[in-house]
Amino acid sequence: MSAIATSPTSPARTPRALPGLTLTLGFTLTYLSLIVLIPLAGLLLRAAGLGLEGWWKVLSSERVLHALALSFGGALIAAAINAVFGTLIAWTFVRYEFPGRRLLSGMVDLPFALPTAVAGIALTALYAPDGWLGAPLAALGLKVAYTPFGVILAMTFISLPFVVRTLEPVLAEADRQYEEAAATLGATRWQAITRIILPALLPALLTGVTLAFARAVGEYGSIIFIAGNLPGVSEIAPLLIMIRLEEFDYAGATAIATTMLALSFALLFGINLLQAWSRRWDSKGVAA
Amino acid sequence: MSAVAPALRRYRSATAEPALVRWLLIALSIAFLALFLVLPLVTVFAQALASGVQAYFAALTDSEALSAIKLTLTTAFFAVLFNTLFGVAAAWAIAKFDFRGKNLLVTLIDMPFSVSPVIAGLVFVLLFGSRGWFGGWLSDHDIKIVFALPGLVLATVFVTFPFVARELIPLMQAQGNDEEIAALTLGAGGWRTFWLVTLPNIRWGLLYGILLCNARAMGEFGAVSVVSGHVRGISNTMPLHVEILYNDYKFAAAFAVASLLALLAFVTLGLKTLLEWRHGDELAALRGKH
Repeated sequence: MSAIATSPTSPARTPRALPGLTLTLGFTLTYLSLIVLIPLAGLLLRAAGLGLEGWWKVLSSERVLHALALSFGGALIAAAINAVFGTLIAWTFVRYEFPGRRLLSGMVDLPFALPTAVAGIALTALYAPDGWLGAPLAALGLKVAYTPFGVILAMTFISLPFVVRTLEPVLAEADRQYEEAAATLGATRWQAITRIILPALLPALLTGVTLAFARAVGEYGSIIFIAGNLPGVSEIAPLLIMIRLEEFDYAGATAIATTMLALSFALLFGINLLQAWSRRWDSKGVAA
Repeated sequence: MSAVAPALRRYRSATAEPALVRWLLIALSIAFLALFLVLPLVTVFAQALASGVQAYFAALTDSEALSAIKLTLTTAFFAVLFNTLFGVAAAWAIAKFDFRGKNLLVTLIDMPFSVSPVIAGLVFVLLFGSRGWFGGWLSDHDIKIVFALPGLVLATVFVTFPFVARELIPLMQAQGNDEEIAALTLGAGGWRTFWLVTLPNIRWGLLYGILLCNARAMGEFGAVSVVSGHVRGISNTMPLHVEILYNDYKFAAAFAVASLLALLAFVTLGLKTLLEWRHGDELAALRGKH
């Protein structure tokens, strides 16, 4: 994220020579305030109006706690699944040649392009007890649709591209001479992968996993069809916000929403710190 | 010769995986992608045509479906237009000038991506809904925002907010100011410089951002679902129409409308791949911006 603002080629030599700063910055700030900042501030203001007590009253209900746990826990599991398979997919795309590679590579972005409702009903039809995959799985005794597994499945689908897309350029640009040096010094391939390649990928992997997690945690459209939405079992937090709104329980909706936002931003902030720390540690390692 | 061959083989075995492992990894990747990407897509079209071609076209030409299509196009048009104007303005300010708080501004522009779509809808209901901050004033003056087009556009603008800006900012930063300064020195005005120098330089990146913004705008579900009120034929977009048909157990019709949206996804991915292929060096997205 911060890479955008601090490009090394950013021209700072003659910044005042170009016109339009007042106009464009003014428009940017006004638009940002009207669309994003003021509406979000309105949400926070309403949450403040609840008071700590009112907020806790909403949150302490078992149904709300379970929905939050499912959204955050499910997103963590989905991000972990994508960390493994995303790395694998990025690796095969960059390092190997095989027929159909370009077509598959183009399709990785499908979860970005496919409307979530379409993904939701397609996954449901596929994994329902009478679906193409649901039927054989049910025969094995595994129910996916209308259970928390379905929630994790949809979250994995929707956040699939993030890890692949963040790792691909890093892998493509990775200098292979370190692997070669490791091999020359007698390391096995497995040692080279686990000690040389994977550590170099770690910062990008963390970025990808974070993006995947952030997307999965707030996801609604692709989940609600396959989840079955049983309160206390497979009901996600965004759906509960929706239900509270439909009951005109603005206080309930506000309390759940602000909790989600606070947890998400705290997690994102923590991961950013972790990355800054790992970068510092990295550059120290290189210097030494 | 005979001494080189074993050495080369030893080198290969040390810097590449054994063929068996390689094929295993490729097979695993393909299996995962087939399971997660290809099968759901095939399902959409198979289910859409499950009741025959006639039923398929009947579902698409139904009057509620047509009005949903029209509303989706209208909403996406306004949302993309607004976010494009914003993206260009924000990129101009951020890429061409230095000012304090720039990093914070970029972070704030990215923020809507980490807000749940449902919350994106909720904030506008809290502001403009019947029990919202401005709800009373709006109903006194007979202005409808929530459960009407303005609400749909607002929610869509929120969720697609960063797309154009985050594509253009790194691109324009990489291009620098030299060409614009040359144009200004030669006597061109600010607007002329923008239209004749900057815009041609950023056109493919701009198109790329608009493409992604549009795909998300047309397909948005959560945010729009909150503000629409699901009034059939009036405030129902295509994704919401899919939901209604599905919940009414009209599966073939739901998948028929869904297949149109899947087609949109195909076109988007195709154009995106084409842009990356033909103009990859002019796209910020391919420079590993994360």
